[in-house]
Amino acid sequence: MSDHDAPPTLGLSTGPATSLAYHTGAWRTERPVYVDLAPPCSLACPSGEDIRAWLGSTQEGEAGFEAAWRQIVAANPLPAVMGRICYHPCQAACNRGEVDEEVGINAVERFLGDTAIARGWALPEPGASSGRRVLVVGSGPAGLSAAYHLRRRGHEVVVREAAAQPGGMMRYGIPAYRLPRDVLAAEIRRIEATGVRIECGARVESLDEAQAEFDAVVLTVGAGVAHHVDIPAGAAAKIVDAIDVLRDVASGHAPLLGRRVAVYGGGNTAMDAARTARRLGAQDAVVVYRRTREQMPAHPTELEDAVGEGVRVQWLSTISEVSGPTVTIERMELDEDGRPRGTGEFEELDADTVMLAVGQEADLSLLAGVTDVEVRDGVIAVDPGTLMTGRDGVFAAGDASPGSRTATFAIGRGARAAAAVDAWLASRVLPAEPVLREATADRLTPWYYSDAPQQHRAELEAARRVTGFEEVLTGLDAEHAVFEARRCMSCGSCFECDNCFGMCPDDAIRKLGPGMRYEIDYDYCKGCGICAAECPCGAIDMIPEVR
Amino acid sequence: MSTVHIPFLQTGTLAVGGRLLDDAERSVQSHADRPSSLTKGHRACQGCAEALAARWVMDTAVEATDGRLVVANATGCLEVFSTLYPESAWKPPWIHSLFANAAAVATGIASSLHAQGRDDVRVLAQGGDGGTVDIGLAAVSGMFERNDDVLYVCYDNQGYMNTGVQRSSATPASARTATTPAVGRHPGAPQGTGKSMVKIAMAHEIPYVASATVADLRDLEHKVRTAMAIRGARYLHVLVPCPLGWGSQSSESISLSRAAVQSGIFPVVEARAGELTDVQRIRERADVEEYLRPQARFAHLFKPGGEDGLQRWRALAEANIRHYDLLGGRP
Repeated sequence: MSDHDAPPTLGLSTGPATSLAYHTGAWRTERPVYVDLAPPCSLACPSGEDIRAWLGSTQEGEAGFEAAWRQIVAANPLPAVMGRICYHPCQAACNRGEVDEEVGINAVERFLGDTAIARGWALPEPGASSGRRVLVVGSGPAGLSAAYHLRRRGHEVVVREAAAQPGGMMRYGIPAYRLPRDVLAAEIRRIEATGVRIECGARVESLDEAQAEFDAVVLTVGAGVAHHVDIPAGAAAKIVDAIDVLRDVASGHAPLLGRRVAVYGGGNTAMDAARTARRLGAQDAVVVYRRTREQMPAHPTELEDAVGEGVRVQWLSTISEVSGPTVTIERMELDEDGRPRGTGEFEELDADTVMLAVGQEADLSLLAGVTDVEVRDGVIAVDPGTLMTGRDGVFAAGDASPGSRTATFAIGRGARAAAAVDAWLASRVLPAEPVLREATADRLTPWYYSDAPQQHRAELEAARRVTGFEEVLTGLDAEHAVFEARRCMSCGSCFECDNCFGMCPDDAIRKLGPGMRYEIDYDYCKGCGICAAECPCGAIDMIPEVR
Repeated sequence: MSTVHIPFLQTGTLAVGGRLLDDAERSVQSHADRPSSLTKGHRACQGCAEALAARWVMDTAVEATDGRLVVANATGCLEVFSTLYPESAWKPPWIHSLFANAAAVATGIASSLHAQGRDDVRVLAQGGDGGTVDIGLAAVSGMFERNDDVLYVCYDNQGYMNTGVQRSSATPASARTATTPAVGRHPGAPQGTGKSMVKIAMAHEIPYVASATVADLRDLEHKVRTAMAIRGARYLHVLVPCPLGWGSQSSESISLSRAAVQSGIFPVVEARAGELTDVQRIRERADVEEYLRPQARFAHLFKPGGEDGLQRWRALAEANIRHYDLLGGRP
């Protein structure tokens, strides 16, 4: 409807003038401004995904799936893999956890990843050729991520992998019941399709030779060597490294472990080893861990799944001796600082095999004799901003470099290394990662988000799980994935709910149309602050008016 | 309530709109080309819920009648802030006569239209609590009793606000106003006062009576649309927080309305022919303090000696919850 028609003029005006002539904006002491803040999910995502954006595309249903997937692969080329194995720190940070339950981001990522594989979506075409050649050493998540992001920038990329198959720990460390190999293979093939060459069975022995052949080198050799502890053991004792068992199983050589298996350690590898032992026929799989549940480094869901499959955990215990099928365990207690110490009380445990899962180290034999690449605390020292080692043109990322040893962190650092290599090759300075303002939970008005519980992925019956290496978690269907995506509250970013527009007592907000959001008419806005208070997602700030 | 049920699309029924909604599912207020019957430039205070409610009501009525609507307005804030001579903030045909006679003026317009065979043009009368519950009650009651074809809307801000916050007969107990100062043994408005205009309207057994707030746009639009589909006398009572008179922040007008409903203090109901037909259940129960504490007019309830007054508010909320079954059987 238009504004008032012009009043009739009969010499004198008889019709009323309109209030539009009066600019109430002059009353304002504070003005509302739209802001775009960083959501906690993305801030917590080590891979650097713009989670809010791709959930936003998914919300539109079928029409938005491909766009959503493309928003994921802008950062992470392995959505179907990460939709399965990521420990999703995004969900732990999700503000929705304070309303009902966090958004099942990981499940939606997997849905999009699986959909992309099923429909054969290709990764973005690489940019114009730079004429530069980069070697990536190792094909784990860090290496694949670095290779993909380097290729996108137009560089020629070769990945050299010592093992027979690409994938690193994703291939040889994570059991198939968590990550089916066809999924991994499909996502690796897709990276190769962009022109990345992956050479397997090609161990890089000399850094100097690599540098002679390539313009830059990225070391992503991982941490695939088991850490050892000294345990007195009799001749008949069978002690193996958990990581070796996982690797053997992944290579199709399932070892004989016996009916009773003890796993020493409390990390995710220990959980994988115990669950794998159950699948290999062990009736009793006991995790021996020297601290308490609260201190356990394994992800809580990993522990839950293991326990759900009949794995037992012996808390506050260390293995002091292994003699044949008998393991001697010392009970521990925590001292005032929360550190475990021996109590002098011992007990015995029957175990045909002891699997050691007490940490992993990087295989840095490549750096033997290399003096200008520093190794500190068992990992390659790098500049925290550029990830460049002490040697010009040599970069490092992933488990062999400092930081969290997770696939998602490795993907993020791989991407960062790619950006750093690209900048270095062009003699540009790599800009620092921006510090973003977070959309904290206190900015939200949760009232507007109707209660909508998380669409839990159906889990296979625990009884069925231990019979084989079938995938434990099933995926969401399209309907549930869309529903789950719609549970996203879009923290700190306008999603066009119309609250500001509809609730302005002064009719001082203009709606600009789909995707265009709104505009405040400061000629009339009195600065009451209702729009900011009732914005569900905290996308409006009130700032002092300066005249 | 029997409002439109909006599927869960990131937000549900409680937000104004949503980018994923079909056009047909959108509220009137979410349309970029809504009528905006009360235009910008009006002189209502910052955060005035009456201005907001009036636009919501009028826009819905304009849409429901295809623009064939005439409005009679009682004296009060709404009339003063919208029509400072020589300007008007109203787009629909609008008339103001006196404080007491909006209902009678509306009756006259409706009768005249009927006599001219223009029953397609509908009539809406509106006023504040002063013009409705106090000064205009006789005319309103007469309009009800004759079942004249008028929707009467009362925007209840619980006092005479534009003249300096004097008590009205809709001012609740304990509230501090210029004429009921918060002094003495019984500070604020006396206990036991404050009329329930909804109950008075229901007692006339007119075709439709409803209450609403600015905390639920969909509910309010639904009620206006329902009212416009009925012939005869109809009454809508809207609670409108007043930052000036209530001593609240201008940004709190909607959250206070929400707290009034969720605490049980303000029952949101629908009645037909004197029978209660629907009640909006409490969604997330709030303590009465959530409603009272942000309002300076109740500040004395939270000082020593205020316990009794606070207790009475709790008792009122409990009584409403019981009487209207606001929890729907939940504990």
